Amino acid sequence: MLRLRYHGTTTIPVEAECVTPDHFAGKSAAEIAALPVQHGNAPAPLGEFFTVEGDSGDGDIVIEGDCGRVKLLGTGMTRGRLTIRGNAGMHLGAEMKGGEIHLHGNAGDWVGAEMKGGRIHVHGDAGHLVGAAYRGGRFGMRGGTILIDGKAGNEIGATMRRGLIVIGGASGDFPGVSMIAGSIFLFGSGGVRPGAGMKRGTLAFFGAPPPLLHSFRYSCTYRPVFLAVYLRQLKAWGFPIEERYLAGSWRRWCGDLVSLGKGEILTWQEN
Amino acid sequence: MNALTINNVALDDTFAEAFPMTAARLIVTAATMEWARTAGRTATGYAASVIGCDAEAGIEHELSPDQTPDGRPGVSLLLFGFSRDALQKAVINRVGQCILTCPTTACYNGLPVVKDKALRIGGNLRFFGDTFQFSKQLDGRRFWRLPVMDGEFVCEDFFGTIKGVAGGNFLILGQNQETALAAAEAAIIAIKQVPGVICPFPGGVVRSGSKVGSRYKKLKASTNDAFCPTLRGLVKSELSEAVGAVYEIVIDGVDLASVEAATRAGVRAACRPGVLRISAGNYGGKLGPFHLYLHKLLKDV
Repeated sequence: MLRLRYHGTTTIPVEAECVTPDHFAGKSAAEIAALPVQHGNAPAPLGEFFTVEGDSGDGDIVIEGDCGRVKLLGTGMTRGRLTIRGNAGMHLGAEMKGGEIHLHGNAGDWVGAEMKGGRIHVHGDAGHLVGAAYRGGRFGMRGGTILIDGKAGNEIGATMRRGLIVIGGASGDFPGVSMIAGSIFLFGSGGVRPGAGMKRGTLAFFGAPPPLLHSFRYSCTYRPVFLAVYLRQLKAWGFPIEERYLAGSWRRWCGDLVSLGKGEILTWQEN
Repeated sequence: MNALTINNVALDDTFAEAFPMTAARLIVTAATMEWARTAGRTATGYAASVIGCDAEAGIEHELSPDQTPDGRPGVSLLLFGFSRDALQKAVINRVGQCILTCPTTACYNGLPVVKDKALRIGGNLRFFGDTFQFSKQLDGRRFWRLPVMDGEFVCEDFFGTIKGVAGGNFLILGQNQETALAAAEAAIIAIKQVPGVICPFPGGVVRSGSKVGSRYKKLKASTNDAFCPTLRGLVKSELSEAVGAVYEIVIDGVDLASVEAATRAGVRAACRPGVLRISAGNYGGKLGPFHLYLHKLLKDV
């Protein structure tokens, strides 16, 4: 296991794209400390902000300290495990393809933006645009799983094409906006205009749903079997799931009819 | 003959000859165990032998809700085919006609998936959804949701396959039909406790054991005349005058060890009053690479 301890005091963002098991593989602690990061408009060595100790051979990295100013942690990683005990800055796990990130703190915006695989579990809150596409990008998240125990901001899963996003707390406006496919589960209260412009995919409200757009039409009330498969997997991943959600039924709306209309919004109701 | 006996029943010093077949495991769930059983029984019907069926299949065991992917009661099915292509065709037809059509069911893969050796089942059945099907991916597994008249049919995209072992067998030679059948039933009850195996014939028991070839040139297999009591005196019989009926138990398993374990359990249970001998069917060792010697398997009993 490799341990990084954040000792920076800067208020200028640090872009630490190199903090992944892939970049650290086969390197000594000294070599890792010499890897370049971007500090504002100037390059700097990673060791200027982090104390590095341990061995990276097993692909297990632990980061300690408040890294709220450190962006791009775990970006593009393909394997291994990144555990952060503290906050993380923007773009946590963006474009990642595999491995796991566990954040025991709060994350900034763009968690898992355009990610393709792997799993991010934030045991706290997240900012806006979780799993979303970058501005100008065609697709948001294309695979993998993002679990946020706490609340999250606006435009969760914007333009996402595949994968699963789960928000345990309240969520902001426009969840699933322009969603192409994939699944978003919202356990807390939801912001306005859910699923606006969605083509396909699933937006499930376990809590009280917000008013739906008129371009969604009611289909039926039923018990979708696939949700049971998902909820059992979430439990296995350590995401808290109340038993009542396994027993209730679901109202299904199809939409968004201003778009392709093959998406769905599911709202849970106790029987 | 060597004298190995269990409960005074003699075991022939012979072997069963088994051969490799491609196997898949399906986990079928439903709203109730009865509907899961119905789907399982229907999907494994007409699947006794690949001599005349597209697959050999059976219900491996029943599953409680905590053993299934969706938390509903279910059954585990094992299906065996000559090749992956043949098995894929058989499984698609059987899932499409017998599980998709059965109320409340869902169908999941029960084996590890190796990409080049997998069967695409949900991915072929999805076209029934007529463009209204939904794809869901979770932790590397893809599920298809097909809209149907009672809600949705969920079917996994890919199903793993393994090289199983088919054709394990033993013969129960009894004084008469009643005692031989009671012993066969006891053997099936014992074999059902062994994981990873099925007995694909009706009720797990075969009364029409076959030999390779026939006096009729077009037939690949015909009645095993040496074990037919009514032909004693007419052909070179394997039966003494005391034998009035013979039943065969055929066992297919996910590996050799499971077929061996099932043979052990089945033979032990079959050795009861009224049974005179236990034997096994083989083709002189020319057909299959797996030889299950009765004495070797049961010498420690």
